[in-house]
Amino acid sequence: MHEYTITESLLKTASDYASRNAAKRVLCLNLVIGELSGIIDESVQFYWDMISEDSICEHAKLIFEKMPAKFRCLDCQLEFEMDGELNPCPACQSINIKVVTGDEFLLKSIEIEK
Amino acid sequence: MKTEKVQIIEKILSANDQIASENQQYFDERKILAINIMASPGAGKTSLILRTIEGLSSDFKISVIEGDTAPVTIDSDKIHARGIPVAQINTGGDCHLDALMVRKGMQVLDLDDCDLVIIENVGNLVCPAGFQLGSHKNVVIASIPEGDDKPYKYPNIYRGIQCLVLNKTDLLPYVDFDLEYFKKGIQMLNPGVKIIPLSSKSGDGLDGWLDWLSTEIKNKHVEK
Repeated sequence: MHEYTITESLLKTASDYASRNAAKRVLCLNLVIGELSGIIDESVQFYWDMISEDSICEHAKLIFEKMPAKFRCLDCQLEFEMDGELNPCPACQSINIKVVTGDEFLLKSIEIEK
Repeated sequence: MKTEKVQIIEKILSANDQIASENQQYFDERKILAINIMASPGAGKTSLILRTIEGLSSDFKISVIEGDTAPVTIDSDKIHARGIPVAQINTGGDCHLDALMVRKGMQVLDLDDCDLVIIENVGNLVCPAGFQLGSHKNVVIASIPEGDDKPYKYPNIYRGIQCLVLNKTDLLPYVDFDLEYFKKGIQMLNPGVKIIPLSSKSGDGLDGWLDWLSTEIKNKHVEK
């Protein structure tokens, strides 16, 4: 349910950039969501449809680029993706691992109509 | 009709992060240590806060910011009864505290001469993880009856923390809890994080927590 706050923040950021660039309306938003970010895209979409109404972003499409959770083994340097659940390094079984990607939650760009 | 692509690359919660860094600056200027306590409902946040007050309030001046989803003052009443200044934040159903709510709490407290601000987040293992508050140390309280698989099921909450308290160790003889499996999960998510097993009820291991916290408060005092 924290997606509501997040979606509000998203609407504000996108609207600010749209007005700064003299947009008539926003057509789409390109978002990056990491697997470890804890954000559910369907939930963001649900709140988006609700709160973007009557704003410069009304009917703007949300395009989600999902970023997988990727780890690096600090012992054997292997990079591997999280396969559904958290596991040690598949090559050497080390638990000495570091997150490389998966934390992201970014607004990458917007497409606007002028 | 002319369309155009505007490159942005901005963290969606950057507005919250900005307020959080202002909160932290406010604490820094007064040499106050601020800690954010997160846990599932019933893990023992309020009990540990009460134990902390018991253990440290003769040496340090403590204030508490208490987050709850419902307009109840059960927790803040207990803290207030011990003569500790407390600000109650009702999130109005929201599942987490954010930096602005914490700022409102800071505004109603008199923080001059304060040494430690304890922020008790809303009981939840998912949502609070994404919201910076301005605290210097983030702490998760896990507890034995929750089970040893929580790091695997709620990985995010264990990532940005500096201390993990494992509470209710007095229940270990009665619950199937594989301590090594639990610690392995924590290690993969947050290598080297401080883990303090204790029981708020019996007081076992409590010294480890109080020592860690006292050291952090003192470090904050001497920080330039």
